[in-house]
Amino acid sequence: MFRRIDDAVRPAGITIWFEGQSLHAQAGDSLAAALLIHDAGAFRTTPVSGAPRAPYCLMGVCFDCLVEVDGVPNRQACMIEVRDGMQVRRQHGPAGVADDG
Amino acid sequence: MDSADVAIIGAGPAGLAAAETLAAAGASVVLLDEQQMPGGQIYRGIEAVQALRRQTLSLLGSDYAAGATLAKALRNAPVDYQPGSMVWDVSRDLVIHYSREGRSQGLHARHLLIASGALERPVPIPGWTLPGVMTVGALQILLKSDGLVPRVPLVLAGSGPLLLLLAVQLLKAGAPPAAIVETVPRRAYRSAARHVPRALQGWRSLMKGRRWIRTLTHAGVPWYRGCTNLRVEGADRATGLAFHHAGRTETIAADVIGLHQGVVPNVQLTRLLDCEHVWDASQRCFRPRLDDWLATTVDGVSVAGDGGGIFGAVAAEWQGRLAGLNIAHRLDRLPSAERDRQAAPMRAALARERTVRPLLDTLYQPPPDVLRPADEVVVCRCEEVSAGRIREAVRLGCSGPNQAKSFLRCGMGPCQGRICGLPVAEIIAETRGVDLDDVGYYRIRPPLKPLPLMELAGLAADNDPAQ
Repeated sequence: MFRRIDDAVRPAGITIWFEGQSLHAQAGDSLAAALLIHDAGAFRTTPVSGAPRAPYCLMGVCFDCLVEVDGVPNRQACMIEVRDGMQVRRQHGPAGVADDG
Repeated sequence: MDSADVAIIGAGPAGLAAAETLAAAGASVVLLDEQQMPGGQIYRGIEAVQALRRQTLSLLGSDYAAGATLAKALRNAPVDYQPGSMVWDVSRDLVIHYSREGRSQGLHARHLLIASGALERPVPIPGWTLPGVMTVGALQILLKSDGLVPRVPLVLAGSGPLLLLLAVQLLKAGAPPAAIVETVPRRAYRSAARHVPRALQGWRSLMKGRRWIRTLTHAGVPWYRGCTNLRVEGADRATGLAFHHAGRTETIAADVIGLHQGVVPNVQLTRLLDCEHVWDASQRCFRPRLDDWLATTVDGVSVAGDGGGIFGAVAAEWQGRLAGLNIAHRLDRLPSAERDRQAAPMRAALARERTVRPLLDTLYQPPPDVLRPADEVVVCRCEEVSAGRIREAVRLGCSGPNQAKSFLRCGMGPCQGRICGLPVAEIIAETRGVDLDDVGYYRIRPPLKPLPLMELAGLAADNDPAQ
């Protein structure tokens, strides 16, 4: 849904994985931005009705961009930067206090 | 536990200016900010944009570029700046707990300055939870911090200066909106007119607004004025925006819809500390009660910037300096006469910045159906509670937001009521027929954001003297 303004001194390209598919990203991208470039669709589904959600505020307020990152649920995609090899999955269901222990 | 003279939360204009002022006075300052780079939302990404993205810098304009001075001052000041810090608890004895790089730690401060700024006012209209619907602020964040613009049809809907500014910026970036759907009612122009003489003292803001309107009109961006009954179309994602305009229902196809109805103070921290808050009828939001030096009703806690009421980035910077001077005084680092001498021109500048607000607040007052949406509209996005269910709960005896929580779970999801707090309070006030001050707001409890349990366990281990 989005494209880059092509004016940046390009940092190195990296690869992240979303639902098992490899996606190209750039160092410094927020995870939310990297997924929005690639039309990732819903980031999560809601615990109450299973409705699809994607980023609304992009500033850490709304929690609609919650995804699972490297096996850890409830991560705000707008608040973390991409890392090479990052494994990202949609989050389905409850998003209360994370228990990654 | 670490300690400091002053802890500042938020590295936007208010926090940066306060940090600079306090460091210059010789106080030890810890600056905690959730982002990785200084600037807050208004100057978001300023250092990277300035260094790497000249075209973006020029299209974002000189107001944005001004943030570079503040960021540079931070880099040169003896401030313990800790980016990537998510504050999840603050107690009244000023112990702050925050999470950074997957670890939680505590900090004790003698003074706390809250500079956590504003949030976008939620815009609960039918379909606003669909993927593709974002705030105008979110779209601007993508532009500032990631250099992204929409490559699919975009509609900007609502009202306020930020909406027009983003439209201009996207136009300059070669990605103009397919349409602007403005909700300012015709009568708002009439009621706003009486504030024009005062606003002329801040004529630069007015000229800026006029320039934006001209730019958009000349570019031929379709602009629907006086629109009502906005509704996002689509099943699994947004496909368009429908609205009433000039007696007809229009629909514009769009994959991205940017909503905006101004911004409101982020009161999570001041509510957590149980500072006294007041209802601001002209800005339609709660704000903490502040004295002339921006101190709250809780000893040692001050608020600078939009978190204390919406006056914009330049005012936020002056407020940060003003609050900083007073905190330096209270730390015995600045005599009161010197504090007052330095404060006088700042107060004058602040007063000038405020002259345009009555005009903006009147003209861009959110429409009633956004403040108090129709029954079928989801208000609490996290727990998917509709306006109708809140009204029903009120009729069954629910008298305030905290009771609504136990009736309906609204405000109990991960966003902790940041989104639904105001509309829930508005709906309850309307249904009960009482003032917002009588309805109040959610009680905010720690952790302010969901925290991995492992981190809490780690914190306990760190604090255990046996370790």
